Amino acid sequence: MMDFQVVVLAGGTSKKLLPLVSKEVPKALLPVANRPVLSYILDQLELSNLKNLIVVVEGEEAALHVGSWILGAFFDRLHVEVVAVPEDVGTAGALRAIARHLTAKDILVVSGDIVSDVPPGAVAAVHRRHDAAVTTTLCSASNSGPADSGSSGGKEKAKKRRVCNIIGLDNTKQFLLYIATGVEVEKDIRIQKSILHAVGQMEIRADLMDAHMYAFKRSVLQEVLEKKEKFQSLKLDVLPYLVRSQLKSELSLNGTPQTEENGNEKVTFQNNQAMISQILTHASAQSFHEVHSLGHNGTAPVQRSHKCCVYIASSSKYCARLDSIQAFSDINRDVIGEANHLSGYSFSAHNNIIHPSVQLGSKTTVGPHCLLGEGSQMGDKCSVKRSVIGRHCRIGSNVKVVNSVIMNHVTIGDGCSIQGSVICNNVQLQERVALKDCQVGAAFVATTGCEYKGELLARK
Amino acid sequence: MGAQRKSATRVSEDAEELARHPLQAILLADSFATKFRPITLERPKVLLPLVNVPMINYTLAWLESAGVEEVFVFCCAHSRQVIDYLENSEWHSQPNFAVTTIESHNSISAGDALRLMYERNVICGDFVLISGDTVSNMSLTQALQEHKDRRKKDNNAVMTMVIKRSKPSSITRQSRLGTDELFIAIDPQTKQLVYYEEKADQLKVIVSLDNSLLIDNPSISLHNDKQDCYIDICSPEVLSLFTDNFDYQHLRRHFVKGLLVDDIMGYKIFTHEIHSSYAARIDNYRSYDTISKDIIQRWTYPFVPDVKFFENCATRLEREGMYRASEIEQSRSSHIGPLTVIGKGTTIGNNSMILNSVIGKGCVIGSNVSVVGSYIWDNVTIEDGCELKHAIVCDGVIIKSGAVLEPGVVLSFKVVIGQQFVVPAYSKVSLLPQPTQQDSDEELEYADNSHGTVDSSNIGTVDKLNGDVTSELSETQHWPSSELGPGGVGHVWSICEGGHEEEWRHSVAPIPADKLAEAAQTVDDDLELLNLDAGALLPSGELKFDSNTNGSEDEDIEDSRDDSIYFEKEVEATFLRAVHENIKVDDIILEMNSLRLSYNMTSADCAGAIFYALMKLALETPHNSPGELQQNVAGLVNAWKKLMMFYAKEIDDQIEVILKFEEMCLESAKEFSLSFAQILHLLYGKDILEEDAILRWAEEKNDADESDKVYVKQSEKFIQWLKEASEEED
Repeated sequence: MMDFQVVVLAGGTSKKLLPLVSKEVPKALLPVANRPVLSYILDQLELSNLKNLIVVVEGEEAALHVGSWILGAFFDRLHVEVVAVPEDVGTAGALRAIARHLTAKDILVVSGDIVSDVPPGAVAAVHRRHDAAVTTTLCSASNSGPADSGSSGGKEKAKKRRVCNIIGLDNTKQFLLYIATGVEVEKDIRIQKSILHAVGQMEIRADLMDAHMYAFKRSVLQEVLEKKEKFQSLKLDVLPYLVRSQLKSELSLNGTPQTEENGNEKVTFQNNQAMISQILTHASAQSFHEVHSLGHNGTAPVQRSHKCCVYIASSSKYCARLDSIQAFSDINRDVIGEANHLSGYSFSAHNNIIHPSVQLGSKTTVGPHCLLGEGSQMGDKCSVKRSVIGRHCRIGSNVKVVNSVIMNHVTIGDGCSIQGSVICNNVQLQERVALKDCQVGAAFVATTGCEYKGELLARK
Repeated sequence: MGAQRKSATRVSEDAEELARHPLQAILLADSFATKFRPITLERPKVLLPLVNVPMINYTLAWLESAGVEEVFVFCCAHSRQVIDYLENSEWHSQPNFAVTTIESHNSISAGDALRLMYERNVICGDFVLISGDTVSNMSLTQALQEHKDRRKKDNNAVMTMVIKRSKPSSITRQSRLGTDELFIAIDPQTKQLVYYEEKADQLKVIVSLDNSLLIDNPSISLHNDKQDCYIDICSPEVLSLFTDNFDYQHLRRHFVKGLLVDDIMGYKIFTHEIHSSYAARIDNYRSYDTISKDIIQRWTYPFVPDVKFFENCATRLEREGMYRASEIEQSRSSHIGPLTVIGKGTTIGNNSMILNSVIGKGCVIGSNVSVVGSYIWDNVTIEDGCELKHAIVCDGVIIKSGAVLEPGVVLSFKVVIGQQFVVPAYSKVSLLPQPTQQDSDEELEYADNSHGTVDSSNIGTVDKLNGDVTSELSETQHWPSSELGPGGVGHVWSICEGGHEEEWRHSVAPIPADKLAEAAQTVDDDLELLNLDAGALLPSGELKFDSNTNGSEDEDIEDSRDDSIYFEKEVEATFLRAVHENIKVDDIILEMNSLRLSYNMTSADCAGAIFYALMKLALETPHNSPGELQQNVAGLVNAWKKLMMFYAKEIDDQIEVILKFEEMCLESAKEFSLSFAQILHLLYGKDILEEDAILRWAEEKNDADESDKVYVKQSEKFIQWLKEASEEED
């Protein structure tokens, strides 16, 4: 799609994800079903024909790793520029830092840790159709995100769902009228009367979740970032600000008036009476922005307003963000399980994927929803359930792997038992090691017979 | 075969018939408001003509058509007039439609009325609650069915409120009916009402909804585009709720809000939205104007002038929405414009022009008169050359030649306007002098209305006024000719301060352009203000979300803290007054309850505050030793035991009392600290504190800091004794 620039915020080495991430494996390259998480969003962008990308990575070294991976994987497919920004500048800070790279009319900002099948092209199209200042993507909170879908444990958990966003929509569900994120969610819902006056009716929803995919008009984005120096986060600062000020825009909007090309609306009103009746009769027939921007008396200058739109993904769409260790495990499980259409693999009749080069010993069973990567070997009498095993792993005999993610080049001795754990590259587990709910950092060595439960293991 | 089927269906219908109660309605023939003064000083609002038919007839005719079988008309102000009217009307001879009047002289609010209805014990099932100034043509079937179905599933669904879409003007912030804008929140699935705010503070630019609403419902709709039709379908519990909460006065402000706030009883209110039918209540002069026009434009069909319902004379509809009754004498040169109603026996002189107006029966309109957008009631005389714009002119008024009524003028019964006199805009003129106790403040509506009941006791004189005595009066009494021109009779009511500002909002006259511009400016300013603050950041970098100029969050907390301080002060003052004036405990409980509600406090807060006041009084009473102080306390506790026990019923309330006591000992009244255990014992002895409360308090303090445990330790013996006693019992 022409004249749409995509900014992928790929993050750096998030502290929340230690010990999984390292300088060599920044967050963007964490494997989800044996592919870097970043590849999921890049695939979606390619599918939507959005090929002009800037990938923003925190930290020079991480940027080098991400850059070289993209060069290998997406060469010829996407036009990607990888830019490094300092760490901890926040999403808004990152965009500020790359301001000079932004040239297109509209900018699509996506988070690089999203695993989703929500089409970015549809978001861009909605944005264009409304000529919006910002368009945000929402997906239904119950169906997506690791919080619920992961632990298919019980309905009770779903009932006591945690409200993550409070969203106010107009009755056509096209415009975003209110948003509360972060700590605001815990407070009372405070709705501006002026917006209610303009729309008449607002639907307030707690069952929608921000999918971290925003389309901005470039001029708007840059103006806000420039004027509001303290804004750090797109989601917590920039978006709420734009939503709040939509009826009394402070934006210059490149001097283009916001009134739509509608004959009736352009008439300059001669007297108040006609003016008022127009407002009253057209109350909501027209988009409230336009009516509002008519101004209240004939002589007053046209009020500026800008539009904040939403794209609401259908509830069947999957959308999750890899922003915690729990999410990492859940997403891996989902992508080879319920949401396996995202993996890009074709599953066998047993509903699993075993690379042809994998060698399995006798009486070793691999259950459904499993993925075994290229060149891995397993001994006899092993059992693998609901787990991902990376490339070139050597696994001995009598090993049990349940609900776990094992990355590449991992060596596992005979008689090990691994449950609900994540094991990073080059880890070595000697014989009869038992891990339950552990995260094992890269190149860690666990000695014979060790038992760990709920621990975070990393090489000193 | 066919006959068989017929009888079968009839049997089932009969069975249903037996199970159901006849549908009843309570019609409040008093709006408990003063918006129609001065007219309502002489005639009750429900008998005022609306397109030449007394309002109450619209309400009754609708109730009858909607299938209501029994109506209780609650009469309060001018009750005699209402009762006389109904007794002499055809309503008393209707088959299948019983109209019973209930008279009360001391009810000052809808709440009082419903409490009285409860005492009468005449309502036996679901009923329609409506006031006698409502015009509607909606069908009740669906709303009633919805209400009943909900009741079957959930006994707490006590009320269904009828609403209709109507977007208030974004500039004047009022609906076309002249009522204030309304903010309501509804669960879109169940249609349950979860938030209701009328009389919203115009200065506040934010509607604040409780966060917990979204925990129960994944989505709620917040509306600014709905109008409350003031037609409620209620379950009998509603009456008992009013009786239980004797401080509920206003149907919306107290009852609806009370139910929404109170989540203990779990009573629920639902809404029923009507789309194609009509329902509106005449709340003020502007709604009188709007609804009259709606009737003329036939939105209220079949309740329109040319369809005979009650007490409207045969009227013919002509082109352009003109209705003319019989026996009209109209000069050929006169011009009667569209959307006009002319009553029976009216004469109109040469070259007169009547546009968009309603003229009553037997009026005499001279030559060269211009009447625009006005409501002229019966037997009015308008002499030559007068000009009337957007005025209401009551029965028997005489407007002498050349007089001018500017927009928004209201002339009450039998007023005479002198020759060439110009009545200034928004003037209200009555033969009765303006009551000296004038309160424009909406909040004082009720107090004001107690005055309204005085009015009704004055009816004698008023009725005399209505009679031939007037002429006598005008002769004997000297009317200052300056006030209404030569030959004028009547008092011009002065518009009280502050009231003038709002006068244009509720008048029959259209809103003047300058006011509109002014309002639009305020709207702009509000938005301006909104953005100004939006730009400000909290130090944390997190955006503060408010339009108040200061930190909202802090302010809110401050507010609530202030509230509790004020509350305590008020409770203390009330308590002291009770002590000094020897007020009965029951009355004090009443006052405390209203305080509690207005500050939105719990009974534990009350218990704490009363206890605080009591202890403070004990401390201030002269004493020389801790022993005497204890005696002071004992005396007061004895005297006000009942009051304390009323609020400290629950264990939690009692714990609050102990905590309060502790706080006092630590801070404001250290003198008590030596006698803590003794007083605790005393309170236990007087049954104000139960042993459970004391034990739980001690338990809660188990993990507290040492400094917090001072009083637990002091009372250790006593607590020990309590424990042992309870163990022995076991």
